[in-house]
Amino acid sequence: MEYMIVFKETQSDFERRPDDAYFGAWGAYIAALHQSGITKSGNGLQPPHTATQVRVRNGQRQVQDGPYPDTKEHLGGYFVIDVPSLDQALEWAARAPCASTGSVEVRPVLPPMDIPHAT
Amino acid sequence: MNTGAAEAAALTARDAYGRLVAYLAWRWNDLAAAEDALGDALIKALERWPQDGVPEQPEGWLLTVAHRELLQSARHLGVVQRLADDPLVRGLLPREGDAAPEPFLKAHPIPDNRLRLMLVCAHPAIERGVRTPLMLQAVLGLDAQRIAAAFLVSPAAMAQRLVRAKQKIAQAGIRFEEPEPADLPQRTHAVLEAVYAAYGLAWERLGAAGEQASLNAELAAESLYLAELCVALMPNDAEARGLWALMLFCESRRLARFVPAPDGSERFVPLHEQDTAHWDHSKIERANALLGEAAALDQLGPYQLEAAIQSAHAQRAVTGRVPWGGITQLYQGLLQIAPTLGARVGHAVALGTAHGAARGLAALDELPEAEVRNHAPWWVARAHLLEQQRRWQDAAVALRHGMGLTEDPRLRAHLWYKLQALQAAPVTDTPA
Repeated sequence: MEYMIVFKETQSDFERRPDDAYFGAWGAYIAALHQSGITKSGNGLQPPHTATQVRVRNGQRQVQDGPYPDTKEHLGGYFVIDVPSLDQALEWAARAPCASTGSVEVRPVLPPMDIPHAT
Repeated sequence: MNTGAAEAAALTARDAYGRLVAYLAWRWNDLAAAEDALGDALIKALERWPQDGVPEQPEGWLLTVAHRELLQSARHLGVVQRLADDPLVRGLLPREGDAAPEPFLKAHPIPDNRLRLMLVCAHPAIERGVRTPLMLQAVLGLDAQRIAAAFLVSPAAMAQRLVRAKQKIAQAGIRFEEPEPADLPQRTHAVLEAVYAAYGLAWERLGAAGEQASLNAELAAESLYLAELCVALMPNDAEARGLWALMLFCESRRLARFVPAPDGSERFVPLHEQDTAHWDHSKIERANALLGEAAALDQLGPYQLEAAIQSAHAQRAVTGRVPWGGITQLYQGLLQIAPTLGARVGHAVALGTAHGAARGLAALDELPEAEVRNHAPWWVARAHLLEQQRRWQDAAVALRHGMGLTEDPRLRAHLWYKLQALQAAPVTDTPA
């Protein structure tokens, strides 16, 4: 089964990113994840202040700078992993350095949609 | 509000809950109904005792009220008849009002059926994962919400699991009777396993802070109480003593397991590096005495061996050194009976420290790759032995891998600290 594990970091996590111990913990975690051979794809993301929100309302594009306000945790990165069951996915989620400060969300990936080819 | 009466009610509940539930569940053969009835009786006690004073026999009072509750619901079900020959029920029935029939209870003390209750909770037909929660609720009266918090699941999910387990007990006809003598060792082992699981939960979740930390401390205290109860209820079971000893050894080191880190958080300290001045020596003494009593019963088992390993580590407080050779032998004994992954890794470390790192590394390499690939302690053990061979770079690689597999931030902080030290070591990679 494929799962996306979504890392949600707190503001102080984002501030700690240049910190050796925090950065080192992520490095060790991602290396172990890759070495286990279960990763399909994944990326870390730039901090939330680099985000841009886009909405289309009444046919009008509304572009807003920055993250959704009023949330304590922001998306910091993600991996798609292929493991036999939810238990293993949760185990990997719990090992993420932000699991003890922010949170990690685990979601099963939808099977690919059957999209007809344009001719 | 008479707080003394409220305290007395709470204290009676703590002491008597398991005994009363066990008795009622055994009598009525219905755990859920017994808990409900006793719960109602406790609520009534909290209403009445502050006004009327605490009865001379609080347990008898609670039992009377709970019986009455059960009879009332039983009348609806038409099952009163089968209880009519119970002398205790007969003795309680004719009385009206809420005063307990104390002279009767003095002559007929409530039998202690808590062992039967524990055996039912850890019955092989009950799913392993729910045995510990069931025991915490039935024997100690912990509410589903607190149990859920300790097990890190939602209160609704925990309540549902408990209800389902109790339905299973009722529907599968699991009886509140003594198991057959031939089954007894296996059945008591399941009880001890469930008690140890409660303690393990509190112990392993090192990273907890704030409210979770106090919950863990509470869970540790409750599971120690259960272990003590097992020894009291099974005085001839050496493994019950072994388990209690093992838990006391672990408890004795509670304060030595962490040191403050520069950033204000805490860092884990491995057993052999702990400051023995922070160990609780009275607990160590008590645990050693229990191990001695267990040995006299002449039934060796995994809990006694694990406790003996802890006892050997505790010798460092007196002699200043760890008897690694003896620990290796104890692990070899443990591997004969219970070759868990943890025991095999522990054995490799002891072997490598006592008889040369190469032998320890060879023992680690013998473990199945699929089992150890994502097992952090295996990588940390490997790093430790490679470090003894002064293979700094290899050790750092293994340590970093172990760190990536670690869930607990305080343990991660310790591994990071070690990694920094390793990377500061001389660059020459010369195997010793």
